[in-house]
Order: sequence, then C-alpha cells, then structure tokens
Amino acid sequence: MSDMKDKIQDYEINAYVDGLMDANEREHFERLLKTDKAAFEKVQDYQKQNQMLHQLFDSVLDEPLPEKMRPKKKTSFVATWQIAAALILALVGGVIGWQIRDQQGTQLNLMVNLVQPATLAHHVYRSEVKHPVEVGVDQQQHLVKWLSKRLGKEIDAPNLTAEGFSLLGGRLLPGNNGAAAQFMYENTKGERLTLYVKNKDEKEQTIAFRFHQDEHGTRSFYWIDGDLGYVLSGDVPREQLHKAVNSVYQQLVF
Amino acid sequence: MSNWEKQITAEVPRLRRYARALTQNPSAADDLVQECLERAWGKQTQWQTGTNLRAWLFTIVHNCFINETRARNRADEYLDQVKQSETGSYSDSNIELLNLQQCLQRLSQEHREVIVLAGLEGLSYQEIASVIDAPVGTVMSRLSRAREELRTLMAHPIPDNVVKLK
Repeated sequence: MSDMKDKIQDYEINAYVDGLMDANEREHFERLLKTDKAAFEKVQDYQKQNQMLHQLFDSVLDEPLPEKMRPKKKTSFVATWQIAAALILALVGGVIGWQIRDQQGTQLNLMVNLVQPATLAHHVYRSEVKHPVEVGVDQQQHLVKWLSKRLGKEIDAPNLTAEGFSLLGGRLLPGNNGAAAQFMYENTKGERLTLYVKNKDEKEQTIAFRFHQDEHGTRSFYWIDGDLGYVLSGDVPREQLHKAVNSVYQQLVF
Repeated sequence: MSNWEKQITAEVPRLRRYARALTQNPSAADDLVQECLERAWGKQTQWQTGTNLRAWLFTIVHNCFINETRARNRADEYLDQVKQSETGSYSDSNIELLNLQQCLQRLSQEHREVIVLAGLEGLSYQEIASVIDAPVGTVMSRLSRAREELRTLMAHPIPDNVVKLK
C-alpha cells in the first residue's frame, strides 16, 4: 500500500512469471518490483511453483510412447480386429479346404493311377493259364534286375512262401507315369496274388496301408513307401491278404 | 503415418505431461490421453488448418477430464499412495516437491488446471481461454487466485491425519 500510483497488480505478476511481457513491460515491472517486497515474494514463489511443476512432470516427456497412443494403421481398432478375424477365418478355411482338396486329390490320384491299373492287371493275368508271367521264377534274378532297371529303382520280389504263396514270375506293364512291374504268386489251391509296383506320382506322400475291394470282390492293400507305390491284390479273405501284405512290407523295408 | 497423424503424435508427450499433472496418476493420465487421441485421430476435418493444434488437443483432454467422473476418486487414491510413500527419507527439495504434489491435489480442478496450463505447459492466456472455454479475463483472475491459494497451501503443509480423513 506504500506505493499507490504504481501498485503492482496480480495479473502483472502472473504475466511476468509466465513470460508474457515484452522487453519494455518487463523492465518497467522489474523496476517497480524493487520497491514492492510483497510482490517480489509472490514472484519468487510463483516462479518456484512453475519450476517445481517442471521438476515434477517433465520426465513424462521422455517416457516412450505406449503403442496404444500411436495412430492405428488406417483403421479403427474394431476394423483391425474384424480384418484379423476375417483373415484367420480365411486362412483356416483355406488350410482346411486345401487339405480336403489335397486329400481328395491324392485319394483320387491313387485310385486312378495306382489301384485301378493294379487291379485291372490282376484281373487280366490272374486267370491266364499259359502265360501268367513274362519272365518266370526260373529266371528270378533276371526278372528282378530287368524290372528294377525299367522302373529305375531297386526292387525285389518278396518271398511269400511262409504265407503259402510261391512266386510265379513277373511282367512289365505300362503305368501312368512310365513302367510298372507285376509279380505274381500262387498257392496250392491255385489262388493268385499280384504285387503291383510303380513309381509314385510327384505329389504323393508316403501313406500307410489302405484297403480296397473292387466290384469283382478282389481285395487290395495299397500303400506308398519311399518313391514307390505298391498294390497287393488277391481273391482271398482279407485276413489272409493282410498277412501277406505285412510280409511284403517287412521284406521291402528290410 | 499421415501428416495429420505426425502432427498429433508430436504433441502426445505434452498431452501426457498435462494429463499427469492434472490427475497425478500415471495410468489415469494415460487413459485420458488415449481417450483424447481416439477422438482426435478421426477429426481432421473438425480442426481448421492454421488454428492452434496444441490448444485444440489440450481442449479435448480438458473436456475428457471434466467428463471423467471418477477422476476425483482416482486422484484421491493416488494421493493416498503419495502419502504412504512419504515415510522414507527425502532431501529437502524432494519434500518440497511432495508438498507441491499434495497441494496441487487439494486445489479445485479449475485452479489446478490453469496453473498447469500456464506454468507447466506455457500456454498463452488466450490459448487457455479457448481450452477451458472461458473469457481471457476469467483465466487471468482465476490464475491469480489459484497461484495464491497454492502458495498459501504450500506455506502451511497439511498434517498427515487431515489428509487421511479424506
């Protein structure tokens, strides 16, 4: 109250503290401040308030931004979620669809290119009395060598004597992708088994035994192992054929 | 990132500091900023080029804070934490900072806000007026009263038991 004319106003103190005065105003204010102890103390305290506010909160500026505070990539969260869900569904659907397609494709391929030619050859030659085989068992070494050469893979004629079947011989057949081989076996009752061997198709994977029975009642087990596809066919009970196929498989994989 | 998004992202650290000072609670503050950002991202059309983006964003935070009915409770929770952590030994400057934190919390939301906007964020009174949607004269008188109140509070730290009764 000592200086009525130039009494410092609160808004002036604030403007000074907040750096909102121009040079002239500041100079004038500072001159007045020397004569106003109360105002001077206010300025000091307010400046300290501001300074301490920075001390308290400036570290926030250096904190890494949480990911949630970054702009979403062109889409809202909901849209992102929906797209993600749709993608997952499409992916799952695609994978399942592809698997089904693949399974169906593989199965179809196996039937057309492996099982049907094998059973057809079985039907054609099982009842052949005079020439059931091209090369007889008397030339077994030659037979195996010859068929191996034509298939481009080492194959052997399994021995099924333990199952009551003896090797008659074998022949070369046309397959869907090149040569195929057929070995023929016969038991004492005149029942015949044929083992059909061919190179597997490119896309085909190893598969375990599968069973097939055609419209004539001929039973077959077929499988793919390594590079070759096999079909063992016979007009014998399934159990009997199954024993034979196990024996074949064990001999082929040594 | 579009130019618009870059401009906003550049302001986020200051929005966080502002929100932290308002709420004194890091998670509540970040919630506030995120709420603000979610409103801001898609509103490029509402912001007129050439006007003050920072003030516009602070306005959104301010509005979110006012709408945040639980802000008061959260602030109180945080204040309790501050009180509890006070039992350790502090240097004089730390005790002063704690005192400021507590006193800020005892201010009304309106007073705390103008102090933070002017003293910490360095907004002009005109900008503050647009953020809190009040005339510049109101900003100036409110700021005077707020700073004086804070000064008085800080000169007379409140005893522990009084704070705990809140």
